[in-house]
Amino acid sequence: MAKSSSRQKRKINVSSIQERQEEIIEEFSMFEDWMQRYEYMIELGKSLPLIDEKHKIEENIIKGCQSKVWVYAEMDDDQVNYTADSDAIITKGIIAILIRVFSGQKPEDVMNADTSFIDEIGLKEHLSPTRANGLVSMIKQMKMYAIAYNSQQQNKA
Amino acid sequence: MTNTSEQILDIKKIRKDFPILSREINGKPLVYFDNAATSQTPTQVIDCIVDYYENKNANIHRGVHSLSQIATDAYEGAREKVRAHFNAEFAHEIILTAGTTHSINLVANGYASILKPEDEILVSAMEHHSNIVPWQMLCQKTGSKLKVIPMSHKGELEMDTYKELLNENTKLVFVNHVSNALGTINPVKEIIDLAHGVDARVLIDGAQSAPHIKADVQALDVDYYTVSAHKICGPTGVGMLYGKEDLLNMLPPYQGGGEMISEVTFDKTTYAGLPHKFEAGTPNISGGIAFGAALDYMNAIGFDAIAAYEMELLKYATSEIEKIEGVEIYGTTPDRKTAVLSFNIEGLHPYDIGTLLDKMGIAVRTGHHCAQPIMEFYKIPGTVRASFSFYNSKEEIDSFITALKKAKSMLL
Ligand SMILES: Cc1ncc(COP(=O)(O)O)c(C=O)c1O
Repeated sequence: MAKSSSRQKRKINVSSIQERQEEIIEEFSMFEDWMQRYEYMIELGKSLPLIDEKHKIEENIIKGCQSKVWVYAEMDDDQVNYTADSDAIITKGIIAILIRVFSGQKPEDVMNADTSFIDEIGLKEHLSPTRANGLVSMIKQMKMYAIAYNSQQQNKA
Repeated sequence: MTNTSEQILDIKKIRKDFPILSREINGKPLVYFDNAATSQTPTQVIDCIVDYYENKNANIHRGVHSLSQIATDAYEGAREKVRAHFNAEFAHEIILTAGTTHSINLVANGYASILKPEDEILVSAMEHHSNIVPWQMLCQKTGSKLKVIPMSHKGELEMDTYKELLNENTKLVFVNHVSNALGTINPVKEIIDLAHGVDARVLIDGAQSAPHIKADVQALDVDYYTVSAHKICGPTGVGMLYGKEDLLNMLPPYQGGGEMISEVTFDKTTYAGLPHKFEAGTPNISGGIAFGAALDYMNAIGFDAIAAYEMELLKYATSEIEKIEGVEIYGTTPDRKTAVLSFNIEGLHPYDIGTLLDKMGIAVRTGHHCAQPIMEFYKIPGTVRASFSFYNSKEEIDSFITALKKAKSMLL
């Protein structure tokens, strides 16, 4: 019972992907220089326990040239929840931001979301394919999960 | 660093030759320590490329008109400069290629029709992927065996094992003169002599040695030697394959096309002689000429002075970085090493360090440096690699060390 009521509560508080992106843009606009921005990301990277060890397996790994990323998704009712991790802390900070935006959303919304807010908060370079840190593939993977869960839902309906 | 190093080279003057060194990155003066990936280009070389297009541009080896002759002379003049620099016996032993990767593939492709399944190929454990993958592809075609010369924790090849690996089936040995990930200078003369003892041929990948060491291919008695111009102040996409005349003649052509033929009918084509047999199509003419200009530039400074100065930079950087707690350096062969500092800081990921250094205007390479087997050997995801060139200064090393400390304090 307790579980479902907390789920109920979260649903009420759920803001859209758009709203969460705007929130993050606003947060980042308060930083005066790159150093504060990166310190914040490092903080995010350090503080979030992102993935259950049992999901930190070869199957869920995305090998970038530079850093590794693990990503896993589960459905909770009609929302998709992501967990992820990386061996590099700045990569992990960016993952934390992406999870904040995409976790607890409807798969359909994740499928259609864009990630241009990353440009606006000055982290664009980390999403460049040539950076080879696994993030580009990670976003792709997050969307793949969303697509898969979405079609599962459609089939059920 | 003492004053003596400043006397080896006139760094202030040299730096003025490199326009890019005065630009800013992320609002900070650029400190370029990624020289092992590619070197910067002096005005003398840039001017040479501009001059080619302004005054000499024509296709080579084919026109009776004067401009074509001028371009051909400049291109062949560059080949001669390359020959003289590496002391090859003949200019036609110098194949102008697109760089080391191209050169290696050219040789590997040639051996596909020569090797037999019982033959063995040796490569070292510290090779660039460019000097691993083509041989794997070759072995797939021929069924030959690829064996690895192991390395020690210090980053040296295990010569005793190498001797044991050599046998009458060994046909080819591939080793880099200098490792790009560690900076180790390998004992190539000994490697070549031992290989010749069992009648094997040796290809030395000189991509990383060429910026620091003037190799004499005859003195080394090396069979094939490869270089990329972009690592020695020249343009990208140009390089050389040196091969002994008979060993080049023995290889079939790599690509077919214009320029590499002597006669073509639909029944039969006779190939041109060396070097044209391996130079199908219109080459990178301006690049080849600029390759020659780059060698002129570096020779005017002098390779002994360059090596001595870079060694001082390496020693200074090494002693400064060792003061930072938790630093581990990979490639600890101080007397047999070029100016490459490959390291990690305990508990930190190279990607994070590289990202923060970049924010502070410092360009280093992070990752596996196209040498994943080395990273596998040390069981690390990669390293941070700072590689120095003769145009770098002690002040830049100070900025780098300060930035590194800052990055460490942000990350820990
Ligand atoms: C040791 C070594 N071999 C081969 C290469 C490949 O050279 P290129 O990319 O110019 O063909 C490099 C360049 O990074 C190198 O360092």
